[in-house]
Amino acid sequence: MPLLELNDVRARYGPIRALHGVSLRVDEGEVVALLGANGAGKTTTLRAISSMTRTSGEIVFAGRGIARRSPEFAARRGIAHVPEGRGLFPELTVWENLRMGAVGGRRGGFEQEAKRVIEYFPWIDRRRDQPAATLSGGEQQMLALGRALVSRPRLLMLDEPSLGLAPTVVRELFAIVQRLNEDEGLTVLVVEQNATIALEVSSRAYVLEVGKVAVEGTSDELQRHEGVRKSYLGY
Amino acid sequence: MAVPARLPRIDLSVGPVLRSLLLGVGFIVGAVAVLVLLGLVLTQTETAFSWSGYAQQIVSGLSQGAIFASLALALVLIYRTTDVLNFAQGEMATFTTFIAWSLMHHMSYWPAFALTLVIAFIGGAAIERIVIRPVEHRPEIVIVIVTIGLLIALNGLSGWIWNPEVKAFDSPFSNGTTEIAGVVISYQELGVLVVCLATVVLLWAFFRFTTLGLVMRAVANSQDASRLVGVRVGWMLALGWGLAAVLGAVAGMMAAPSQFLDPNLMLVILIYSFAAAVLGGIDSPIGAVAGGLILGVLINILGTYVDFIGGELRLPAALVVLLIVLLIRPQGLFGHKVVRRV
Repeated sequence: MPLLELNDVRARYGPIRALHGVSLRVDEGEVVALLGANGAGKTTTLRAISSMTRTSGEIVFAGRGIARRSPEFAARRGIAHVPEGRGLFPELTVWENLRMGAVGGRRGGFEQEAKRVIEYFPWIDRRRDQPAATLSGGEQQMLALGRALVSRPRLLMLDEPSLGLAPTVVRELFAIVQRLNEDEGLTVLVVEQNATIALEVSSRAYVLEVGKVAVEGTSDELQRHEGVRKSYLGY
Repeated sequence: MAVPARLPRIDLSVGPVLRSLLLGVGFIVGAVAVLVLLGLVLTQTETAFSWSGYAQQIVSGLSQGAIFASLALALVLIYRTTDVLNFAQGEMATFTTFIAWSLMHHMSYWPAFALTLVIAFIGGAAIERIVIRPVEHRPEIVIVIVTIGLLIALNGLSGWIWNPEVKAFDSPFSNGTTEIAGVVISYQELGVLVVCLATVVLLWAFFRFTTLGLVMRAVANSQDASRLVGVRVGWMLALGWGLAAVLGAVAGMMAAPSQFLDPNLMLVILIYSFAAAVLGGIDSPIGAVAGGLILGVLINILGTYVDFIGGELRLPAALVVLLIVLLIRPQGLFGHKVVRRV
């Protein structure tokens, strides 16, 4: 049974239509990539799932409709959405940011979850009292990921985690996402412009073009798909 | 996969609690230094100058300033969470002070005080839910006009319910004075100072040490990010308005005994409090408190030692000082520069 299913989801910003009927699904335990050019509707798709934008169509998560509710509702149902720009609290300290992951109150035990996160990101413990604004871009992305993990999400949604990061940091980040998926069975929906690395880590992928799913398949298939290769992988 | 090692960094940051303490101590040391210097100047210019009289003026100023500080903190609290300058803050305080006055006919002072705070909290939260929430996403000017409307409505309402004539308001503190190191201090002023500062410290502890306080700081920092981690932002805003109303109620009940109670009790105090909040930096809670105390001391010293200012020109004098500070430091003493990304 799919964990998340979108059925003919449409969205618009004022008069401009951003999604023209997107349908996709994410199964439990999968890493699914959402690829596409700028303006294809990748971010809007995630925003639709979190009810951060007006939509029509059906969005079912864990057997229940979650369309047109509220971001806090989605978060409390177990969707951890790390938005573009990471969505940290720049004035709060590293540790306070991490604590904010637990306030959605799905499952208790912050201390225990924090310990688990520190195993993945040991530096968080050493720099817990530093304001989040003083972290580097890569550290901010990792803190945002750590904060999402503290909430023990059923689905992790990452919006362009590689944006503005050095290639080695991107590798490091995706290695951790892969490890989380393999070790803990974490389900991930990741939006990326960097199709190369997204297809390496994901098991299936969707390519969005002007607000619609243009291509879908397993990541292996997409890596061999001629159109995808030319447009997004660059060879 | 092992996470690659990073270059070690030297961490010069101190913990948030220690940072606030250092800032507070630094502020007090600086303020004392300035006051001593000012006193030394006054010994040369004033023939009848005495250090004990000077100290007395400072204590009076601190006591008055503590009231400004409470109301200024209420303004900052709402500004930080809702991005609104709440022009009705003073009238909300007056209204709750009238409620306290009525309650005091039925019970003794402190129970009435406590019950008033509870009522203020509920009332403040209710105002956010009922009056502010419907215009929440409108342009700022709309919200400002709504708060001004609220000011007029509450002012009229308290005149209508309690009659506009002035009323005596009880003080919990005795009328006497005490002498500390040659400085005569009235219990009234000392009591006001202690109650206001205790409220501020309690509030600070709430924001610093409780999870709910953390969540409210997060909402003040970013509402979108708060929603994405599951915070019910609407309720946090109501909570912020409730706490601001509590601060206002404390300020009103502390101000009323020395000025009598009427519907315009907080009118001038609100202006001083706006000045204090802007002086400290409108986004800085520490700044609001410091700004209130500075302003209180300043207008007392100016009013006492500068002959032509006297009692009448205190308010304009305070605004001149504010203007000078803002010309030198536009973000206020403790505020942050506003950086807008385009």
